[in-house]
Amino acid sequence: MSDTQSHYTSPTFAGTANGTVMSRNLTDHPAVRWARAKLFNTWLNTVVTLIFAYLIIKMVIGVVTWGVINAVWTVPGTNTQACRALSGSGACWALIHEKFRFIMFGTYPYDEHWRPALVIVIFLALYGLSSMRRLWNRNLIWIWLVGLTLIGILMWGGVFGLNFVEQERWGGLPITLILATFGIALAFPLSIVLALGRRSHMPAVKVICVTYIELIRGVPLISLLFMASVMFPLFLPEGLSIDKLLRAQVAIILFAGAYLSEVIRGGLQAIPKGQYEAADSLGLAFWQKTSFIILPQALRLVIPPLVNTFIGMFKDTSLVLIIGIFDLLNSAKTATNEPAWRGFGLEAYVFVGVIYFLFCFAMSKYSQDLEAELARGHKR
Amino acid sequence: MASRPQAATRRPPSGGFNLSLNNPDVRAVIYQIIVVGAVAFGVWYLVSNTMANLETRKIATGFGFLWREAGLPIGEAVIEYHPSDRYLDALTVGLLNTLRVAILGIIFATLLGTFLGIARLSTNWLVAQTARVYVEGIRNLPLLLQLLFWWTLFRDLFPGPKDAVHPLAGVFLSNRGVRIPVLIWESAHTIFLLSVLVGIVATVLVNRWARQRQAATGKQFPMVRAGLGLILGMPLVVFLLLGAPFDLEMPELRGFNFVGGSTLTPEFAALLIGLVMYTAAFIGEIVRSGILAVSHGQTEAALALGLKRGLVLRLVVLPQALRVIVPPTTSQYLNLTKNSSLAVAIGYPDIVSVANTTLNQTGQAIEGIAIIMLVYLSISLSISLFMNWYNKHIALVER
Repeated sequence: MSDTQSHYTSPTFAGTANGTVMSRNLTDHPAVRWARAKLFNTWLNTVVTLIFAYLIIKMVIGVVTWGVINAVWTVPGTNTQACRALSGSGACWALIHEKFRFIMFGTYPYDEHWRPALVIVIFLALYGLSSMRRLWNRNLIWIWLVGLTLIGILMWGGVFGLNFVEQERWGGLPITLILATFGIALAFPLSIVLALGRRSHMPAVKVICVTYIELIRGVPLISLLFMASVMFPLFLPEGLSIDKLLRAQVAIILFAGAYLSEVIRGGLQAIPKGQYEAADSLGLAFWQKTSFIILPQALRLVIPPLVNTFIGMFKDTSLVLIIGIFDLLNSAKTATNEPAWRGFGLEAYVFVGVIYFLFCFAMSKYSQDLEAELARGHKR
Repeated sequence: MASRPQAATRRPPSGGFNLSLNNPDVRAVIYQIIVVGAVAFGVWYLVSNTMANLETRKIATGFGFLWREAGLPIGEAVIEYHPSDRYLDALTVGLLNTLRVAILGIIFATLLGTFLGIARLSTNWLVAQTARVYVEGIRNLPLLLQLLFWWTLFRDLFPGPKDAVHPLAGVFLSNRGVRIPVLIWESAHTIFLLSVLVGIVATVLVNRWARQRQAATGKQFPMVRAGLGLILGMPLVVFLLLGAPFDLEMPELRGFNFVGGSTLTPEFAALLIGLVMYTAAFIGEIVRSGILAVSHGQTEAALALGLKRGLVLRLVVLPQALRVIVPPTTSQYLNLTKNSSLAVAIGYPDIVSVANTTLNQTGQAIEGIAIIMLVYLSISLSISLFMNWYNKHIALVER
């Protein structure tokens, strides 16, 4: 591969090195040379390229025909005759046009939709601020506390002249963001405790942590969500009940905690023994040693896999659909329950798929950039 | 960890156990008593609440319901099942359905994932980019969304049985699922399968003998050709000698539905396609990193020894790449199995779906969820035991 590369980037050099004069005609454009080296260098590659190109072009034409050329963008009211007439040969984007607010905000009162919309903006701002490395200090915690308080006030209302909106009416993207954000934020301290416990030399602590982690990691998230929806009410004393969203949130925290703790344990294991010994010889107590010496280094090491786990958790919040909570995916599914819109599920899923993709893709791009940046620091 | 040797040095050297709080060992015991006590109290609190609640709500306990009539219809079953059967049978059907989709999913995801991993490293730009776009796209979308997407595609966009898509002879794609022809089973086929098994066993034995002979005398044995002959050639000869009966039961449209052949229901097809496509994207990345982890010097050294390209891959690159690939692939297999529980969202009767219906019908939530968790814990444990064994088998033998 490196040979080919030098061929087309510096043909003169390669030519002299090989002791041969490469024949070049005037149409030898860099693009043509690139295509020869990367697409048509052997007869087998040429065949593969042609087959792939044919399939890709066919697929693109199919998607464009369905999604753009034959698509219906608006219909009068809920009269979906125009969409039905397509019988699957084109997309009915009129569904998104009509149901946009329902998919994004669920059954939140229509006149108050600015509130969940603002909540989404606040979440995005918080994510944006947290991604800047120069803001990684104590102030970030205060920014988050202010942001989350604002989100709470906006969603519930009942103060500052805002109408109270009960939790049953929340839905759409804010639910997904709430579940993911609180899930990760609260699972994080839990996971640190579990990871430290698993590496502890106290047998009882170690056994408890290992049992918890392996038990949770051995069962699917759904079983925990079912537990949250049908078993949690039995756990609580008579007369005390917590709402469904909170119960699902607890299940997600317990689940994420086990997975995150394994990632953090990886970081702890990568810290050289000398760091522990140095901290001991300074006379630091366990918690001083852990919070000032070990954890800052361990967490820095595992930022990329941590972000990957965050992506996984963000995607997994969609499972609350199964216990009937109206997150983004469930509101998209429900949007096509109305008789007029039945049968246009694909359009709804494509739409929310784009939203999920944007969030996850941004996170994974960020983690890749961060990985490169941190690696640069190490290479010095 | 590192504080242990220190703790030992801190202890007074001359006999007598220091019982003061300054002794780290004493503190450790106290901490453990506190932690165990707190956990035990928490468990006791939850259990006592639960018992009280079960009492007041008059919910039965125990697994007695397993032997009662289920009255629960299941759309597809690998074994014979009737709604009048017991809950135990219903749950067994669910478990078998889970295993069916998990095993098929693992096989296909491994194949597609290996292909994707190699494709991403292809020198052909178009192939590498196609694989990259696939992996990036699939990995950044929730699996549940993908399952619902496929299911909707099968259910809403495919035509009814009357206008079924008919790409190959005997294959019909419609909103009732994929209808495929089935082989009419005869004793010759059973014998064929048995001779394949005999061939595999013989190959393992011959392989062992060939290795020993090569180690002792240096003489090589054409193992690949011998293996192919034993596993494929010999059974094929047996099959041909038995007259090679090969009759297919073709599905055909009669009235409003198909007769003959076998159906992959839309639910099963959607679940399998979704799980395979999703997991393959992750396995592809693992395979890619495994191949990249083998340094180029290894290939060059092997080529310098005069090995052929194919042998370099088989004897030098793959064994080293597998060491990197196997552990993370194991967790992907486990993920696939656990993710098959999403079947409940699209109505494929897997163990979660059946157990969920059971707990709704009987009201015995604790037992239902205990069954789900037990099943997955034992599947997870078996897969990781097997893969650990395999991993040890291919691990580097060090001094």
